[in-house]
Amino acid sequence: MRAAGLVTASFLMVLGGVVVFDAVRLGIGWSTDGPKSGFFPFWLAVLLIAACAVIGVQAVSRADARPFVGRAQLGPVLKVLWPAVALVVITQWIGLYVSAALYTAVYMRWIGRHSWLAVLAVAVLFPLATFFIFEKWFLVPMPKGPLEAWLGQ
Amino acid sequence: MGIENLFLGFQIAITPYNLFVAVIGIALGTIIGVLPGLGGANGVAILLPLTFTMPPTSAIILLTSLYWGALFGGAITSILFNIPGEPWSVATTFDGYPLARQGQGGQALTAAFTSSFVGALFSIVLITFFAPLLAEIALKFGPPEFFAIQLLTFSSFVGLGGGNPLKSLVSILLGFILSAVGLDIVTGQLRMTFGFVDLMKGFDFIVAVIGLFGIGEILISVEEGLSFRGVRTGMNLRVVLDTWRILPRYARTFVRGAFIGFWMGFKPGGATPASFMSYAFAKRFSRNPERFGRGELEGVVAPETAAHAAGVAAMLPMITLGIPGSPTAAVMLGGLIIWGLQPGPLLFKEKPEFVWGLIASMYTGNIIGVLMVLAFVPLFAAILRIPFAILTPVIVVVCAIGSYAVHNNMIDIWYMVIFGVVGYVFKKLDYPLAPLVLALVLGDLAENALRQSLIMSQGSLAIFIARPISGVITAVAILFFALPVLTPWWRRLRGVPAVRRATREI
Repeated sequence: MRAAGLVTASFLMVLGGVVVFDAVRLGIGWSTDGPKSGFFPFWLAVLLIAACAVIGVQAVSRADARPFVGRAQLGPVLKVLWPAVALVVITQWIGLYVSAALYTAVYMRWIGRHSWLAVLAVAVLFPLATFFIFEKWFLVPMPKGPLEAWLGQ
Repeated sequence: MGIENLFLGFQIAITPYNLFVAVIGIALGTIIGVLPGLGGANGVAILLPLTFTMPPTSAIILLTSLYWGALFGGAITSILFNIPGEPWSVATTFDGYPLARQGQGGQALTAAFTSSFVGALFSIVLITFFAPLLAEIALKFGPPEFFAIQLLTFSSFVGLGGGNPLKSLVSILLGFILSAVGLDIVTGQLRMTFGFVDLMKGFDFIVAVIGLFGIGEILISVEEGLSFRGVRTGMNLRVVLDTWRILPRYARTFVRGAFIGFWMGFKPGGATPASFMSYAFAKRFSRNPERFGRGELEGVVAPETAAHAAGVAAMLPMITLGIPGSPTAAVMLGGLIIWGLQPGPLLFKEKPEFVWGLIASMYTGNIIGVLMVLAFVPLFAAILRIPFAILTPVIVVVCAIGSYAVHNNMIDIWYMVIFGVVGYVFKKLDYPLAPLVLALVLGDLAENALRQSLIMSQGSLAIFIARPISGVITAVAILFFALPVLTPWWRRLRGVPAVRRATREI
């Protein structure tokens, strides 16, 4: 917990530093028609750095021995996170609907150990349902890939 | 002016299309409220892109109905599964779950829904009368007053939010900084883009909400190891009627809860403390406080009345001042801007049909809502029996769709994943997420108010103190900001105030 608190506070301080850097470039003072573009971000970032510095000190002084995330907890979290990242990566190439089908199927089979029949049913029906709701009913286009192109959508 | 305007509103809210929209909204909202990992704010954010083509009044009815549904739905998970679907349902689990285990789940659910409805109705009646008055006063506000109110909003997160006040402050600052990324519409300069074209559009609050509350919440809940061991609902008409016969006994608890809820609710972050406070008061004034925590019906009535009253009251500053009282209201405010409406007091003058349609729909929405949840509880509870390995991918895909739909841009799905990880880390380290979202939504408005005020005063900050209304509001805001420092002193001088002690006893 302590290390994670410190790392987060430091990261936010660096972020604040980056903002200050850009704000100074834009100008933090007064121009002919009011405050310059960097005025508001500059003071936000200065406050952010100050607050994070105190939080960092607090994190060090209040010894909190609990681990940020235990080994037993990290497993399930990563099992959700990596497939989700994979979903986003493949969506770029094969479109959202096919990716959603693959993602649902892999997740159900790998984590849930559902029967192939259930896997197949959900992995086909769920993307189909979203397709009709979003694409046809609400006319919100989603990223599409070769399969949709082949089907003429 | 009040009554005929409300009448006009009902004419809009009771059209078949808008009633249909309300039913859909409540059904979806209840499902979202039942599912841990999807909350009101997140659900409203996912649905927002679908409303772009709807008439604004129907769109806001859909989103507010979703919100009522989510408020009702949270109680189902708390009582039957002992999992608070929303933070303000935590106090409901104290007595709701024991009741359900004793086979009185039907009673507890009926009491929860009825209390929610009573709390909501109380707040709606107050909104009906106070909103036009507040809007009238707010019409005289200039940029300094608006900035002062923004200051007050954020100061109450720091001063009254509980937790580490510095972390609330960091959350606020981060939200404002993220909102400043991209094109500065006043000067036309690019800010903090560092040459990346994708950063020019800035960060959309919808994507942030979906990531922080949706993906982040899923990561948190898998870590805690989800195991739904639900209790049967045991709900039928007889139970409902029998419970209704008992409930008038708790009239005082209802009134107290509704007042606490409204009072806490129109300030930001109020629903959760309101529910705890109402529970603590009910226990304190009860003739048999020892039964609390073991399945006392009053222990369900108290927090639910207050939470729902607070949830509705959060709409008051949103429609009158253009400043949301909760993350969900913040997303709705963002919706208003997208639909081409200027949030703020002028709305009452320029779009009376929108405002009064919205207020009237609060009545109809909550009436439909309470009837729907009473009738279909077993159906909604069954959602939680869907295996986790199916729910997770479905929720993630729906979140991705919601994010992409905002701008039809792949980068937004990536932002969603990043915000998800940020939400997970922040939640674990006790950084509150609600102020970040509010700051992200209000960022441009706040900055413009600050700039215009400073232009009026030639750069002097004294303008916020010198004008009477903004002076008072600024003073209160400064007091709230200073509260975390002042409270320990005060406690040492006076001993611990009664209310806080009562809250702690829970």
